[in-house]
Amino acid sequence: MDPVTLLPQIFNGLVQGTFYALLSLGLAIIFGVLRVVNFAHGAFFMLGAFGAYILFQNAGLPFWPALILAPLGVALLGMLLERVVIRRLYQFDPLYNFLLTFGITLILQDAVRLRYGMQGQPYAPPRELAGATNLGLFFYPNYRLFAMLLAIGVCVAVWYVIERTRLGMIVRAATEKPDLTRALGVDIDRWVTPVFGFGVALAALGGVLAAPMQSVYPLMGAELIITVFAVVVIGGLGSIVGAIVAGLLVGVVFGIGLAIVPPLANTLVFVLMAVVLLVRPAGLFGSAEAA
Amino acid sequence: MKDRPLRLAGYGIGLILVLALPRLIYPVLALDILLWGLFAISVDLLLGFVGLLSFGHAMFWGFSGYTAGYLAKSAAFDYPLAGLIGACAAALLALPTGYLAIRSKGIYFAMVTLAFAQMVFYVVNEARPITGGENGLQGVPRTLLGSAIHDAMAFYYAALPLVLFGYWLAYRIVHSPFGHVLVAIRDNEARAQALGYPTGRYKLLAFVLSAFLAGLAGGLYALGHGFAALELVHWSTSGTAVVMTILGGIGTLWGSILGAAVFLLLRDWLSTFTDAWGVVTGAIFAVIVLSFRQGIWGTLLARVQSPKSKVQSHASGGALESRAAPAEPAPARES
Repeated sequence: MDPVTLLPQIFNGLVQGTFYALLSLGLAIIFGVLRVVNFAHGAFFMLGAFGAYILFQNAGLPFWPALILAPLGVALLGMLLERVVIRRLYQFDPLYNFLLTFGITLILQDAVRLRYGMQGQPYAPPRELAGATNLGLFFYPNYRLFAMLLAIGVCVAVWYVIERTRLGMIVRAATEKPDLTRALGVDIDRWVTPVFGFGVALAALGGVLAAPMQSVYPLMGAELIITVFAVVVIGGLGSIVGAIVAGLLVGVVFGIGLAIVPPLANTLVFVLMAVVLLVRPAGLFGSAEAA
Repeated sequence: MKDRPLRLAGYGIGLILVLALPRLIYPVLALDILLWGLFAISVDLLLGFVGLLSFGHAMFWGFSGYTAGYLAKSAAFDYPLAGLIGACAAALLALPTGYLAIRSKGIYFAMVTLAFAQMVFYVVNEARPITGGENGLQGVPRTLLGSAIHDAMAFYYAALPLVLFGYWLAYRIVHSPFGHVLVAIRDNEARAQALGYPTGRYKLLAFVLSAFLAGLAGGLYALGHGFAALELVHWSTSGTAVVMTILGGIGTLWGSILGAAVFLLLRDWLSTFTDAWGVVTGAIFAVIVLSFRQGIWGTLLARVQSPKSKVQSHASGGALESRAAPAEPAPARES
């Protein structure tokens, strides 16, 4: 295969990978502090995209304010759900919250379908980012470059906050040894709702970024979230670095697959997951105890 | 066992009910209840008796549905043979997926099975020459000894022996020494291992048997409806089977049939008022997970058994409940 035709595909894969990374990062943070695998993460991604669409249709707000407002709104909804229902199941097996968030997914998806239909709605990229840039070997759309760089920037910032700041230290401590952290006088419970909201905001941000690249439709998050689960298994549940690296890796594999064997591209991700399960059941960056 | 007469009476009533069902409601719905019931039982076999939540059982239900549909359509196989070969194909698919999936447990297991099911979905979607892609397999015939069974009522009774075989098999598995080892693994895998049981092999066999049952149901479902569509292997189908199992009561086996019946009758009834079926299904999920975790059968059993001692370990209706951690947002990792 000619590298010049392969390179844009790898870039496309990388863009896709940044979305995987954003979503699995949110999942990892939420799982770390709440011990909840949030199935509704895909639905929040979809709501982020619809948020941007609705803000434009109903309030005439363009892409840039939507990039902030839509994730904020979706995060508020997520925090409300955490307070009202998800919280009630912390005392039980984590599977119950997995099932609860599955139910929430069905409700959110169907509610959006009833209002906007199954068909995709178009959402135009911002005018400032129209056109393409010459990257030497090929031209690449400006908007995609922007989305990729912004998503990677957010991932790195989150990683920095968690690994290098005091707030991150509390989150990590709460993840590793909640009881001990509490005994040392840190009020973990204060952080539960905001952490959930933050994870949800990351998913919604991904949704807003994805909106101009594809049409906005109710099921856009559902298929994504299942691939993201495969990413989480590959990276190792609860690992921040694992979430980011595995997301990008899976994206690139997908991109290369799409260039070489298009019908099998979707399958490759799961083959990769099978290989990781065979070789390292806890994931590339996971510790064995988490599995 | 002094409650043996009671038990036999229960099975008698159940059998009469199953025989009369297509006279009480329309036959297509009646067959759907039996088959979804068997599908939910296959989920319960893993969830209730091994403590593993498979969120990808649609891959077995659907893979068998396509296999049976293809054999009946392209090779003119009679329905019993097509259905049984479909079930075997599902069991065969469960070997590699199960081998990999049982390396994980808890929430991980749910995610891995969900991911494998999605892979099967993509493969089925791409294999257009065989599966018909988005159009699915249309016009699947249901024949016996070469002649077609047109009547839905007739096919209900034609499929019934196979379905009852599936129920019986599930019952036999659970009440065998093998089934008791499964419960031991569920309750304390390390201890079962220390007693010398190769727990991995037990779990894999349980997974394969469960896939066989799901496949038996899925194959007959495709034959009964005369088509196999992508919906058979869709992730939401896996979720539906799980909600039926929990609605009936985890670890109760027969409760799964009850859960399937309540779910399908509710859908049948509600579809005359609303098309917001996703909202309704999601709400059912939320309500039973939040406040009805014992399920219908589990609640009934708890009522009946409450004066007696609770010896029946797997009828407690909460295989997951027993592993509950104390009330706190983030239970400590075991190190």
